[in-house]
Amino acid sequence: MDIQAACSKAIRMENVVKTYGAGETAVHALKGVSLCVYPGEVVGLVGASGSGKTTLLQCLGAIIDPTSGLIELGGEVIYDNGWKKEDLRALRRDKIGFVFQAAYLIPFLDMLDNVAIMPMLAGKDNDKARARAMELLKVLEVDHRARAKPSELSGGEQQRVAIARALANNPPFILADEPTAPLDSHRSLLVIKLLIELAAQYQTAIIVVTHDDKILPHFKRIYRLRDGIAYEEEGMGRPFDE
Amino acid sequence: MINLASKEIAHGWVRYVLTGIGLGLLIGVTMIMTGLVRGMMEDALSLARGTYADLWVVQDNTMGPYAETSTLYDDVARSIAGLPGVEEASNVAYLTVQAKHAGKDVRAMVAGFEHGKPGQPPYLIAGRPITKSRYEAIADNKTGFKVGDKINIRRNEYTVVGLTSKMVSSGGDPVIFLAMQDAQEVQFQKDNTSIYNDRNRLAANPKINRPGNSGLLEAVTDMQQSNHKVNAVLVRIQDGHDPEIVAETIRRWKHFEVYTYKQMESILLVKVIANALRQLGMFMVILAVVSTAIIALLIYTMTLGKIKEIAVLKLIGAKNSTIAGMILQEACGLGLIGFLVGKITATILAPLFPKRVEFLVFDSFVIFFITVVICVFASLTGIRAALRVQPASAIGG
Ligand SMILES: Nc1ncnc2c1ncn2[C@@H]1O[C@H](COP(=O)(O)OP(=O)(O)OP(=O)(O)O)[C@@H](O)[C@H]1O
Ligand SMILES: [Mg+2]
Repeated sequence: MDIQAACSKAIRMENVVKTYGAGETAVHALKGVSLCVYPGEVVGLVGASGSGKTTLLQCLGAIIDPTSGLIELGGEVIYDNGWKKEDLRALRRDKIGFVFQAAYLIPFLDMLDNVAIMPMLAGKDNDKARARAMELLKVLEVDHRARAKPSELSGGEQQRVAIARALANNPPFILADEPTAPLDSHRSLLVIKLLIELAAQYQTAIIVVTHDDKILPHFKRIYRLRDGIAYEEEGMGRPFDE
Repeated sequence: MINLASKEIAHGWVRYVLTGIGLGLLIGVTMIMTGLVRGMMEDALSLARGTYADLWVVQDNTMGPYAETSTLYDDVARSIAGLPGVEEASNVAYLTVQAKHAGKDVRAMVAGFEHGKPGQPPYLIAGRPITKSRYEAIADNKTGFKVGDKINIRRNEYTVVGLTSKMVSSGGDPVIFLAMQDAQEVQFQKDNTSIYNDRNRLAANPKINRPGNSGLLEAVTDMQQSNHKVNAVLVRIQDGHDPEIVAETIRRWKHFEVYTYKQMESILLVKVIANALRQLGMFMVILAVVSTAIIALLIYTMTLGKIKEIAVLKLIGAKNSTIAGMILQEACGLGLIGFLVGKITATILAPLFPKRVEFLVFDSFVIFFITVVICVFASLTGIRAALRVQPASAIGG
């Protein structure tokens, strides 16, 4: 498949610059990042702490605005040199599954509703939304705590609920910022395997930021951020042994 | 969609309810203040209203009988009763006394009235009307007297035969109704020493105590001891007659001051209790303003306390209306709890006040409406702040 054509269905960044602040205190987090993630592909994003991984993901996830450059999701232009698409919130809700570096669950909702709120916000009725949420909690092995509040759960459990929330609306794009950091190795592998299977099944384009050596070998392709630029690397693409 | 407001409230309900109760106490105090103002107005009007009179005829150039002293002879009523358009006219006398019972002094206002005429006690809550013309009394239950109690006013003893409710003077003193004759006696009665002294003084006056004309001294003494005076004449107008026109006739032909009920009402509210009312009203306004500010601040800070959750909600794509709805519902819920707690507090505390506290449904409604408006307004300010929150701020720090 023609790379340009494939890219038109996926995540595309063209020369994206992000500068925090201005003048002497300005931080040049991204200095011209270009990358492309195809549908059905899970790509790793690595780099030293402070290299701009979170910044990159937040630009893609329509959470912060890039300073300049072009961002396309599924062929749709989100940002173009200062211009931005209008309803970014609906985009976040319907198209993008975001797993943050911390869980950021809603403290007054139990685990089930923290996940179910995504399909609810998208207009599904409560029963269907909760059924979908329960299904995901089972897959992520936190269904036994479905009725607990976030404050009653461990960091790892919270993170798995956050992952379930990101997947709940079956979004075409998933952006995960160190999703496995608070997880043990068994659960880390479970999550990454789930993401790879999901990508294959639904043609989801997924970016996973990670420092984790245990999961890194499973990516086929990796981008490395250095000095505000993204460099593409070949991954090992190791299969999961049963 | 689940109701986010109810989930949030349930999550931190102790704090929420405590806030609501705090709010309620504030609203309760404001309600009592309003009740005191209303009570004062109702008290001031109660006696005048209880007479069911259409006109008050008083001494010329006075604002009597409640605002000023007014004295008329008791035959005035008869001459007024004959005027066209007058259904009936009756004498009334008002004076402040200390009524004694069982070693206790009660400050009260004696109201003298004529049987079956304007000025007689309105409905009784206990006992019976006065049947003997002498030495029976009907007391307001605020005096603390019971039916059957023997009470002393000046030198005479009266038996309480009936009780009224909420009949007080403009100063808030309970009313004791006596038959006209008794009231006149109380009002103009002199003690034995002064009767004795007066008589001696007259006897020592050679112009009056002339030899050969002993009848003169007797006549003057009688006149001096007489008590054929009253404070006002109450008039009820015949159906189909204009009180204004009848009043004008009395003014022109009899040279008395005449007030209609409306005029009497404004004398009582504007002249008699104006200062007290202004004082209390001023306090009420300040309290209302302070309560408003506190309620607004409370709800605003409550919203600001949720900024983080709101940012996460925005992050996952919740609509502004969803977020605003949540804040608004919580604010209104708080207002509702506050109002209910306030109403309960006010109802419990009201009887502890020595003066009448009157809760009108209209006032409750107005206070409820104002509370809701404050809550909505305060939460709108909060919502404005909340909606300006950048979703990225949820994940910063
Ligand atoms: N809101 C902000 N304002 C100013 N500077 C920021 C802001 N957010 C990030 N930065 C700076 O931008 C640079 C990139 O930060 P970013 O969070 O993207 O790094 P990261 O690769 O995710 O790091 P880590 O691995 O520690 O999570 C850092 O130097 C950081 O200090
Ligand atoms: Mg980061």
